Amino acid sequence: MSHNVYITEEMIPGDTDGLLAGRTVAVKDNISTAGVRTTAGSAMLADYVPPYDATVVERLKEAGATIPGKTNMDEFGMGTTTETSHFGPTENPAAEGHVPGGSSGGSAAAVAAGEADLALGSDTGGSVRCPAAFCGVVGIKPTYGLVSRYGLIAYANSLEQIGPIAPTVEEAAELLEIIAAPDDRDATTRGAHAEIGGSEPDDMREYAFADAADGDVDGLEIGIPTELLDGAEEGVVETFWDAIDELESEGASYHEVDLPSVEHAVEAYYVIAMSEASSNLARFDGVRYGPTPEYEGNWNEEYARIREEGFGEEVKRRILLGTYALSAGYHDKYYKKAQDARAWVKQDFDGALSEADVLASPTMPVPPMERGESLDDPLTMYLADANTTPINLANLPAISVPAGETADGLPVGLQLIGPAFGERTIIRAASALS
Amino acid sequence: MSESVVDPDEVEHVADLARVNLDDEERERFSEQFADILSYFETLDEVPEVEPEAELTNVMRPDEVESSLDQDAALENAPESEDGFFKGPRVS
Repeated sequence: MSHNVYITEEMIPGDTDGLLAGRTVAVKDNISTAGVRTTAGSAMLADYVPPYDATVVERLKEAGATIPGKTNMDEFGMGTTTETSHFGPTENPAAEGHVPGGSSGGSAAAVAAGEADLALGSDTGGSVRCPAAFCGVVGIKPTYGLVSRYGLIAYANSLEQIGPIAPTVEEAAELLEIIAAPDDRDATTRGAHAEIGGSEPDDMREYAFADAADGDVDGLEIGIPTELLDGAEEGVVETFWDAIDELESEGASYHEVDLPSVEHAVEAYYVIAMSEASSNLARFDGVRYGPTPEYEGNWNEEYARIREEGFGEEVKRRILLGTYALSAGYHDKYYKKAQDARAWVKQDFDGALSEADVLASPTMPVPPMERGESLDDPLTMYLADANTTPINLANLPAISVPAGETADGLPVGLQLIGPAFGERTIIRAASALS
Repeated sequence: MSESVVDPDEVEHVADLARVNLDDEERERFSEQFADILSYFETLDEVPEVEPEAELTNVMRPDEVESSLDQDAALENAPESEDGFFKGPRVS
């Protein structure tokens, strides 16, 4: 049975030994693989074969991992359901008939279906955590700057990180150990040994994360932002509290916190992401890559025609809205205010995390949507990102771990948020649930 | 629900700036959807002015010649090239 997990199923072998030897790691199709086509889910790149590896792919190979293929995704990462892919939707192995979440839906579905041991996704506004939650697996969005973005096809640079998806917290942490390291080719990465702690680097690992998955939450203080529960569906909220009860029974305690800024996180996120996308995707001009043009008109006409052909509707929508938000007369109204909101969200989270070890929320306010349900109403799809986007705005790490199921048997994820470079803390807390 | 009207001409103007052709149907649909989405974005008006904390530092390296992609590899994905250059449409 195929879930349409892969866009390209082609085995890329790794070194013969290493920490991931004998294991398969599916890679999202916006992460460059030398000699193996990398489409980002778009017709624009249907025939694009990168001449180089992303840093994370180099690191996977050195660690001995085998890459079984490139996974399906929303076009350029723009979607919450993996339905905007040019290569058709992916089925949710944990909830047939429902979407796997997005945009890294193929990666989460590959792990859930056992088609790969582990997977890499990218998370700009929830694209690792959402599909992990919807497919009943674990996903980590690292602190901004922990993992190199070199070779990641950019959607919104200031927000995105590559992150691991795995069946268990410990395995997700093991994969994070392989990909997390400063990289000269991505100036937004940096060493963070002082904040992360743990054991010394070795040949393959800059940081230790997996040994933090010891399930010990005795004395852990959890903050629960009420704003992130307000909009959630009842079945999701019940499952969330069951998970909190479980953590409490293992020695954690919780208190509620107010984060008024997060009421504006979704709109701030979309303004910033669309603005960055409108600039990033300007590179798709049909000259360096893209469909073969016929060159009848001048540069501007050909450019606009190639982009009409090569981009799907959601991508056009976001490029246009981003162009609008940055255009003369609107920049201060939208983009500048969104940056204010981003700074406010960051302050709010820093404040809440000074009085709690982690913050907790449902990863998604809704269970997996039925397939085909959300395509005609983009605003409703955007609002489903209410709980994940604030974390990208604040540059913080977060993990989604299975919390249980709704009464209808649909997977629900618990999101645990940590301070910057607090990956070990969220990994430890999440491991108590598995 | 929205007071901000984004008429199809305005969508066309933005599409023009972004160099993306749209068909009539897309133009109509986008103008309806943009009205909803932009009126939602307008709630950003309620956000106070916030001074971002300066925690960023520049990352510099010496400006030295290093190896990079060779010309052939860089041209591999180009639909058309000539004498080692990308070939594009005429500019005007």
